[in-house]
Amino acid sequence: MSDTPKIILSPVGAPAPASEPTGTPELEDRVHDTIIIGSGPAGLTAAVYAARANLQPILIEGVLEGGPTGGQLTLTTDVENFPGFSAGILGPELITNMRDQAERFGTRFITEDVTSVDLTGDLKVLETASGLRLSTRTLIIATGAKPRRLEVPGEDELWGSGVSACATCDGFFFRDKHVIVVGGGDSAMEEAIFLTKFASKVTVVHRRDQLRASVIMQERAFKNDRIEFAFNATVAEILGEGGLMSGVVLTDTVTGEQRTLAADGLFLAIGHIPNTWLFDDVLDTDDEGYLIVDEPSTATNLPGVFACGDVMDHTYRQAVTAAGTGCRAAIDAERYLAGGGGVTAASPEAEPTVVSG
Amino acid sequence: MGATPVTTSDWTTEVLESDRPVLVDFWAEWCGPCKMVSPIVDEIADERSDELKVVKLNVDENPDTAREYGIMSIPTLLVFKGGRPDKRIVGAKGKAALLKDLKDYVS
Repeated sequence: MSDTPKIILSPVGAPAPASEPTGTPELEDRVHDTIIIGSGPAGLTAAVYAARANLQPILIEGVLEGGPTGGQLTLTTDVENFPGFSAGILGPELITNMRDQAERFGTRFITEDVTSVDLTGDLKVLETASGLRLSTRTLIIATGAKPRRLEVPGEDELWGSGVSACATCDGFFFRDKHVIVVGGGDSAMEEAIFLTKFASKVTVVHRRDQLRASVIMQERAFKNDRIEFAFNATVAEILGEGGLMSGVVLTDTVTGEQRTLAADGLFLAIGHIPNTWLFDDVLDTDDEGYLIVDEPSTATNLPGVFACGDVMDHTYRQAVTAAGTGCRAAIDAERYLAGGGGVTAASPEAEPTVVSG
Repeated sequence: MGATPVTTSDWTTEVLESDRPVLVDFWAEWCGPCKMVSPIVDEIADERSDELKVVKLNVDENPDTAREYGIMSIPTLLVFKGGRPDKRIVGAKGKAALLKDLKDYVS
């Protein structure tokens, strides 16, 4: 990589630069048509559509705050329900393909977190971790959701030393060991079943007396003889010994009694929290914190700001639905610009696809 | 160039007996977040080679070494200094955040 900080437009088919150098002043000098925050299927699909519409999108792929770059699919293995891949495809590979596709049409990537936004004016202003200040006429929010944490004693200390949110990454380290999966939904069953490839025993800890998972996933889990269930139980504390996890304290949700369960690992599958903290004060959210859009469009309550993917969808949350809403957001942004939206005295051009500077 | 692959058999000479501090990227083929971190580690290898030796260990092919250092989650980066682990970084991070974590070893 060159030491000179500049945005590199990779030629078709070239490997994407791993991270954009920080401090790119030429990007600060002009008003962009579209900036996308988020690098999962929603953000990348929005980028493909926006780039093909000649909006010269910039996609900011966060690195820390909202989960892994590339989104939750990068934490999965086989994706068997994304149409067009009849033999299935690996999650990370699907994301890499989408990123290549977005880049092929001219999307530029900035690899860092957004730290603040000002969305109230015609021009939206974003600031990144390295201090980059970007202005845009439209903003597409595709920040997704990240795994919910237990927030109990021991969790932070033993993170990466037994506690994990990624069974596909870390299951390998628990060969012939006893692990706990916390949760009762489809992802919990999926993780539990996956972990039986390595672990000698998997205990699913769920706070209710029955699972929330789909019938097919429940059946698969129930007939797997390496999986046991602890119903009506919550994790009160994660215990460690010599820097590694040694067990948990469980609380019985009916009797309130506590007991210790020895285990070497704990995998979290207790749902997700939408990544909205950047916008909480100005964008409308529902009871569960998801961004509200003006269905069937992806418009939020602020003009020029659109939302797609898991950050606005707690109903479906599939890769293909995220991609679908990403497509809609890009088309909505394009139409908004074509209708003269986002034009101010600071950016007088009437033609939305012309970039100043 | 990028990070040099090491194995259990050359671990002692390449990592423990190195004069310079060594950054080790514990990774595996099946790990999505590792694929996000590895290119950044490669860049650091190329840009900071005067200060830091940068290597990568495939945990799938070298499980004993991973176990010896208590690796239970990947990606994990360990910095070795004088033959001992001096710093542990768990999980995927961006370049700026990673360089910040490595500030004791690179200028």
